Amino acid sequence: MTAIIEGMLNGNVRSLAKAITIVENDRPGKKELLKAIFPRTGNAYLIGITGPPGAGKSTLTDKLIALLRQQGKTVGIIAVDPSSPFSGGAILGDRIRMQQHALDDGVFIRSMATRSHLGGLAKTTVDVIHLLDAAGKDVIIVETVGVGQDEVDIVKIAHTTVVVMVPGLGDAVQIAKAGVLEIADVFAVNKADREGAAKLVNELRAMLDMSTGDWKPDIFSTVARDDVGIADLLAGIYQHREYVHGKGLDQVKFKSNVRQELCTYLMDGIIELANSYPDFEQLVDNIYQKEITPLEGAEKLFKKMGVKNNWLTTGGDDAEKN
Amino acid sequence: MAKRIKVLVGKPGLDGHDRGARVVARALRDAGMEVIYTGIRQTPEQIVATAIQEDVDAVGLSCLSGAHNNLFPKVVNLLREKGAEDILVFGGGIIPDGDIAGLKEAGIKEIFRPGSSTDETIKFITDQVNQ
Amino acid sequence: MTCSERKQAFQQRQQQWQELVDKACARFPERRENFATTSGIEMKRLFTPEDVEQVDYTEDIGFPGIYPFTRGVQPTMYRARFWTMRQYAGFGSAEETNKRYKYLLENGQTGLSVAFDLPTQIGYDSDFELSEGEVGKVGVAIDTLADMEMLFDGISLDKVSTSMTINSPAAVLLAMYVAVAEKQGVAPAQLRGTIQNDVLKEYFARGTYIFPPSPSMKIITDIFAFCKDTLPNWNTISISGYHIREAGSTAVQEVAFTLADGLAYVDAAIKTGLDVDVFAKRLSFFFNVHNPFLEEVAKFRAARRLWAWLMKERFGAKKPASMMMRFHTQTAGCSLTAQQPDNNVIRVTIQALAAVLGGTNSLHTNSRDEALCLPTEDSVRIALRTQQVIAHESGVADSVDPLAGSYLIESLTSKIEAQALAYIKKIDDLGGVVKAIEAGYIQNEIGDSAYAYQKAVEAKEQIIVGVNKFTIEEAPPENLLTVKAEMEQKQRQKLAQVKESRDNEAVNKALQQLKVVAEDGGNLMIPILAAVKLYASLGEVCGVLRQVFGEYQEQ
Repeated sequence: MTAIIEGMLNGNVRSLAKAITIVENDRPGKKELLKAIFPRTGNAYLIGITGPPGAGKSTLTDKLIALLRQQGKTVGIIAVDPSSPFSGGAILGDRIRMQQHALDDGVFIRSMATRSHLGGLAKTTVDVIHLLDAAGKDVIIVETVGVGQDEVDIVKIAHTTVVVMVPGLGDAVQIAKAGVLEIADVFAVNKADREGAAKLVNELRAMLDMSTGDWKPDIFSTVARDDVGIADLLAGIYQHREYVHGKGLDQVKFKSNVRQELCTYLMDGIIELANSYPDFEQLVDNIYQKEITPLEGAEKLFKKMGVKNNWLTTGGDDAEKN
Repeated sequence: MAKRIKVLVGKPGLDGHDRGARVVARALRDAGMEVIYTGIRQTPEQIVATAIQEDVDAVGLSCLSGAHNNLFPKVVNLLREKGAEDILVFGGGIIPDGDIAGLKEAGIKEIFRPGSSTDETIKFITDQVNQ
Repeated sequence: MTCSERKQAFQQRQQQWQELVDKACARFPERRENFATTSGIEMKRLFTPEDVEQVDYTEDIGFPGIYPFTRGVQPTMYRARFWTMRQYAGFGSAEETNKRYKYLLENGQTGLSVAFDLPTQIGYDSDFELSEGEVGKVGVAIDTLADMEMLFDGISLDKVSTSMTINSPAAVLLAMYVAVAEKQGVAPAQLRGTIQNDVLKEYFARGTYIFPPSPSMKIITDIFAFCKDTLPNWNTISISGYHIREAGSTAVQEVAFTLADGLAYVDAAIKTGLDVDVFAKRLSFFFNVHNPFLEEVAKFRAARRLWAWLMKERFGAKKPASMMMRFHTQTAGCSLTAQQPDNNVIRVTIQALAAVLGGTNSLHTNSRDEALCLPTEDSVRIALRTQQVIAHESGVADSVDPLAGSYLIESLTSKIEAQALAYIKKIDDLGGVVKAIEAGYIQNEIGDSAYAYQKAVEAKEQIIVGVNKFTIEEAPPENLLTVKAEMEQKQRQKLAQVKESRDNEAVNKALQQLKVVAEDGGNLMIPILAAVKLYASLGEVCGVLRQVFGEYQEQ
């Protein structure tokens, strides 16, 4: 373990890769590893890239990497693809579009399958981000398909979230319904040479004009395949970074992220503990038979754990906010 | 729970016939493995760098153009150079009988030829990785 | 008998038969619950006139040489002249391949077909880093005009028709061919042959792309425009389903995706201002022929009919020649087995017969040892003899389209046509074939079929003799042809010598001129021809174009 820690902190690619596997597979030594590297984290700038399948996220990422490298930045990429719900396996093909960077020492690309992570994919991704961060990557890009809550959670961790849209996959109203307006800091309308691109940009703009937030996301038209509009997009990302820095939001975000992590571990622990009680299944049955409510079931368990649970007994309002 | 096996499937060289590689990638996925598919026209260097970053258990190489004697051993040697000789390497494609001994000697653990089943490949990887 | 009486009699007899069937099935269940073709079309127990009720003889089947060309593109077909027997060949150096060509011509082959190695197909010279290990392996290595001169040494280019399997750098190889002819004193107008020049399928089935789709299409239409005046007898494109099928597609997908590619080329040519009735007659096609005999025969007939209809209805073609689908066929490489390789002779025979009964215009028969290595002289001769036996001994060539009117064949023909058209409409909806490729649609459709086939083989639902049934212990095969490792080194030396002895200043100027034309959007054929005549290498020419056009990235 010491060798892996030392190796990854000294730029050894194999050690970093091994460290990620330890975290991803919950292997022994994970705690020690994360403890050793934790003081070195908090330096990288995190960019989340999300959008529907076929939006060209990987190609866009590929071009962003190239530009960041020209600027002398080292880059870490986490490319998340869904696991097969049937076999649990996955074909991770995102990096097929990034292979021009395979031999660049300043670029580390790691593919991850969503698996059925206990406690969510987000947790594992945060740990992998920590590792890339501690290994000295200046910028870390997390690319996910924007479909599930897990993916949205990952995006929330990022300092700047880029939502990639393409014409032809629905109008802006549908996009608003999908909830991406709230998470986007920057929009990229990719495949902008296609019919309907201008219309999509206009619709998005109209919708954003109505938003009242402090930061108003900008929209960039790109044709990632032809390397068109990437520099402007990156400039837009930097602009958002200035805003984040200016307001001290990166520190706020870091704090909220670690708070979230702490809570995730707490939840995991509580759930594991609850599961260890012999009558846990019985309790589930009781709820299933409508003998008690889920809330009452939780109360019973907390009582057993000796947890004073004021928030629970005050009702669901506060709980929902959590 | 059994360990989740991670395999890189790649096509070194200029050969563009990726039917076999893609079929194998799907079969491995359906056997519960995670497959990194790198696409065609990869250099041995790219394949090795990818295998290391992704920390895969095995690398499967496919070549139908006859360049296997140059390309397959190169992958094994580069892995060795990078201290990653523990990564299992196997291959497939149009490979004459006469070349197999040489390839195995060079460190390619198994060669799957036309007509071999994906089940054989799955079994081979599972057995080797769980050893 | 009146019409209704006949119908009644038919139904009565049919009922009688059905009762027999039920009894028979009760005693001897059929081998499978459902029989279907590779494309999922039901193979009924019995086809009857009921299955072709919708088919109008005059309109849908008609007469050979007349729209819609279901029965063939020529009025007398093989009664006048057999199909062109054209064996695809090329390996190692130009010298070795030249010897093989002469061997084939001496044995009665009637056309040449050039296989290039992968570096050549992807526009790299033999001394390029990525070419290592690939030089001369799957075809002949061509770096400069010097290699091309050697390749056709002693073969008069006004006497043979030559097909070249070359796509992304087709313009360069065609230019070299024209230059060789000039040196032989043969005018370009006398040249007959075909370049494959079908880049679209490279993006989803074969993989030897260089440039992105849009400049690739531009180069293709440049060739169309150049050949229209300079090489009027040259087939400027061979729109290829062969590799689509090899990549694992079904018969219907092969027809659909090939024709969809064809539509894209016609569209592109019309957009550059070419008249459909001027260039369309120089379009040719290239299909695969696989084992399922009946479906394959129907496939060719369906493809001809559908193409004629598309050209007429979609593009308003007026001349019959613009609507005629002329095609080359090759037996299915993917059907060859490494186990008991002699069995491949039988497979190739069945496939070749299907191609002839489907009305192919030229044919390549694979050699039995191609699942193991490059074909030996003996194997190539047997493959050629297979065609000769079909032509001269079987009698199938003596009457035009002899299977027409078969209830099964006509029914399958209509179904394949309808299903292929449905695919084409789907691709239209996606915005055309380039968009469909970029969205991964075509790749996924083929990938699904390939995977389904593999699973069927492994489950032994699809039997392959000698592979998953009737297997034997075999000794490793002997007498395989291999390309010697020194060949690569020699080829590099040869290239170095050419580069030393040519006028390098002139070459640089020509390449510079090519760059200017590429940037300005002018016709590329002229500066390419000028450059190759000065012995500029393939890699140098393609290198300039790579700089200007960029390279395609796999999806």
